[in-house]
Amino acid sequence: MSYLDNLLFALILLLGFGFFISNVKKLVRNIKLGKDINRNDNSSQRWKNMAMIALGQSKMVKRPIAGILHIIVYIGFVIINLELLEIIIDGLFGTHRVFAFMGGFYDVLIASFEILALLVIIAVIAFWIRRNAINLKRFISSDLKGWPKSDANYILYFEIVLMTLFLVMNAADYHLQHLSGGTAGYPIAGSFPVSQYVAVFFQEMATGSVILIERTAWWLHIVGILIFLNYLYFSKHLHILLAFPNTYFGDLHPKGQFDNLESVTNEVKLMMDPSADPFAAPANPDAVPSKFGASDVTDLNWVQLLNAYTCTECGRCSSSCPATQTGKKLSPRKIMMDTRDRLEEVGKNIDANKGTFVDDGKALLNNYITPEELWACTSCNACVEECPVSISPLSIIMDMRRYLVMEQSAAPMPLNAMMTNIENNGAPWQYNQMDRLNWKDEN
Amino acid sequence: MAEMMAQGKQPEVLFWVGCSGSFDDRAKKITKAFVRILNRANISFAVLGTEESCTGDPAKRAGNEFLFQMQAMMNIEVMNAYDVKKIVTACPHCFNTIKNEYPELGGKYEVVHHTQFLKSLLDDGRLTIEGGQFKGKRITFHDPCYLGRANNVYEAPRDLIQKLDAELVEMKRSRANGLCCGAGGAQMFKDAEPGNKEVNIERTEDALETKPDIIAAGCPFCNTMMTDGVKNKEKEATVRVMDVAELIANANDL
Repeated sequence: MSYLDNLLFALILLLGFGFFISNVKKLVRNIKLGKDINRNDNSSQRWKNMAMIALGQSKMVKRPIAGILHIIVYIGFVIINLELLEIIIDGLFGTHRVFAFMGGFYDVLIASFEILALLVIIAVIAFWIRRNAINLKRFISSDLKGWPKSDANYILYFEIVLMTLFLVMNAADYHLQHLSGGTAGYPIAGSFPVSQYVAVFFQEMATGSVILIERTAWWLHIVGILIFLNYLYFSKHLHILLAFPNTYFGDLHPKGQFDNLESVTNEVKLMMDPSADPFAAPANPDAVPSKFGASDVTDLNWVQLLNAYTCTECGRCSSSCPATQTGKKLSPRKIMMDTRDRLEEVGKNIDANKGTFVDDGKALLNNYITPEELWACTSCNACVEECPVSISPLSIIMDMRRYLVMEQSAAPMPLNAMMTNIENNGAPWQYNQMDRLNWKDEN
Repeated sequence: MAEMMAQGKQPEVLFWVGCSGSFDDRAKKITKAFVRILNRANISFAVLGTEESCTGDPAKRAGNEFLFQMQAMMNIEVMNAYDVKKIVTACPHCFNTIKNEYPELGGKYEVVHHTQFLKSLLDDGRLTIEGGQFKGKRITFHDPCYLGRANNVYEAPRDLIQKLDAELVEMKRSRANGLCCGAGGAQMFKDAEPGNKEVNIERTEDALETKPDIIAAGCPFCNTMMTDGVKNKEKEATVRVMDVAELIANANDL
């Protein structure tokens, strides 16, 4: 009987991790659909950023209420998962609280897990209220309608259920440990500052029932964790993993520095080279001319795609965006959500067509993101500054503008006029180049 | 610049005037104020004059990388020919573009914003600032996106304002949290997309909340947007929008 338990446990564990690994593989493949970009320079600064921003949550506390609540859940998540190791060993080898031999240290561990679990429950309830009752603007805007809103709440429910199961499991254990004469299989171990108060509910129950409760809670807890692990790939909650690589691979340049397109540099240099032969045959006649800018996810670079999977839709970007705040259609959060949705669509297309993408007549531009959104951006970098995990919605907006202008000549009329002026007379307005110095002699 | 070159002289710094500073009537006043300060401090400087051309910033932000790089390379050719080492400009957009985006295309210079330059003159004792007419006035500073968030320059303009013995008051959104004036990303040259408010009105409200006598700016485009915002709120009689360079020039009766 007990071996059956262990086998079942091993099977569930294998299934849980196996499915998770297959999802991770899909995730990596999708991210690699993006263009190459070198983000391996200056690794010391990159490690530092990851330590500060992801591990240290330095940008979360910019908004203190959400920031502190988030840090509680984050620390709770990291610390309580230490317990997972014990649960796995117990499950595989039929032991019970295998680490109890650590004695006083084990007491401290279990006690801290319990206090954190309680704090997590409180924080998660506060999060739920913020999302569903207080009507904070960034949580009720239209880009969160439907699945994104449900997704956010499912995550909160998951966390409450998992923490409750953890405490119930401990409470039952505590009750069994402290029955007069003890209970076989439940030696005295651990310290239970929170769940001992839950244990009072078991006082009238038969020992058998409490054992059943303890076992059920234990099983549901570990199965729940595995389900949650596999839910990640389908959820905005991926940020708990991807925040780390994403902050590592973030852009290290000053925020105002936009990349210079190398393909354009080559063309411009050729154009300005007086010795270039205008009738020369192309070096490689079969080469596909490079596309300028981005109209679909495969035109973006892999860091931008990693950004899209990392986004947890907190909406700090949109709540600080001048365009969003003044009622324009643009929402930087939606840019990231659209990019991810389209990338998922492309990924599924590849899965369905045995590894190759079959044109579906759709693209990120127009089917997901409209030019109206793209043209509303002031490139002020508020969204980039705000993002707690170093995402840049601005870089996607700029790459899509480049496509609109350089591939489609689809800039708004006044911008075409501005660009014509720069071309003709070296200023965005219609002034004569020769009048540039007139101010010198004016009063 | 050409004249100095002909005389075999190399200026200490090239003043990049920018299109706004050259052509826009309001921004030309900023240009002149800054030049008066440079002259007062006996700085040897030059301008490119008719050889200057748009940095390409608005083209790049609008998505026209071709036009940007053509402008950039032409400007770099000119400046490299004059062996330019150091550039100062009163426009954060020119500042950002030349400082960050030109080096890769062959234009490597030391580039400073005029508020940083003035601050350094002050620190070196080459310039003194008196409070003058601004003593005790409430002044709020609007962070230009391309100076602040884009390049992390927050303190130089504030240090200068404080030297005026003025009361520097901060808006609720300032420094890294500052709200855009609405002109960046080539928005200056087009109409805004449909929405329920103009960005510059939202920002002007931030500024007016501080009950300022003066809204200080460090960017000709911000200046235009904030001036329009103040007019929209019918406050132009009591609240002035001025560049930091103008504040210093006026304080010193230049």
